[in-house]
Amino acid sequence: MLNRLDDMLNFHHQALRVRDQRQQVLASNIANADTPNFKARDLDFKTALQGALKGAGTPGAVTVATTAPGHMKGNPGIASDANLLYRTPAQGSVDGNTVDMDAERAAFADNAIHYEFNLNRLSSQIKSLLSVIQG
Amino acid sequence: MSLFNIFNVAGSAMNAQSQRLNTVASNLANADSATSANGEVYKAKQVVFAATPVGENGATGVNVAAVVEDQSPMKVVYDPKNPLADDKGYVTMPNVNVVEEMVNMISASRSYQSNVEMMNTTKTLLLKTLTLGQ
Repeated sequence: MLNRLDDMLNFHHQALRVRDQRQQVLASNIANADTPNFKARDLDFKTALQGALKGAGTPGAVTVATTAPGHMKGNPGIASDANLLYRTPAQGSVDGNTVDMDAERAAFADNAIHYEFNLNRLSSQIKSLLSVIQG
Repeated sequence: MSLFNIFNVAGSAMNAQSQRLNTVASNLANADSATSANGEVYKAKQVVFAATPVGENGATGVNVAAVVEDQSPMKVVYDPKNPLADDKGYVTMPNVNVVEEMVNMISASRSYQSNVEMMNTTKTLLLKTLTLGQ
């Protein structure tokens, strides 16, 4: 039973994790808008979410060794270096920086809304579970 | 939760931008300082930003790697009445470019603003996460 509950909540949980990590990557881009030679990065949400749902993590991610059946698998980081891609700059700049402030701000706002959406869905799932339990 | 890490990232960027604003202020204030405590002409100062990793998981903040002196040539003004003038009547003035500094100032304040907004958005997200399931 507990496993089923976990399965039900798992999708939005993993989606939130990926959104959380992406928000951090976008924040790094905005923070470094004036840093010479900084290359803007982002992660491909679809691939990252698929990797997170599989639980195995992503190619190149470090996993915890399990030597006994009771051991937990651990949580490989989603925003690991192997998973982060570089942005293709629309307009190059003299100092080698590839941060496009408009694109980054738009992506940041978009990601924040999606985070709230996943939070909202998760919340209503928990609410419907509670109403089933309490009758 | 890497959302907490965003506070560190935005904080480091705000710190760097405020240091940049500080050098702009000192450059503009000393745009006409032909001499100083050590007898040298004031030289414009510029900050050098460098990306620096914050925590684990690929978050990148900003730090000020160095404050360097501007290498552009000094301004020379003909003013024979000035006590600092050389035997031909020329005074060496600081190499502060006022237009450049004003542009620098606006850029720094805009970057600071976007980092503040980033922090506000993150705070809202975190507070909403705290009310999950209520």
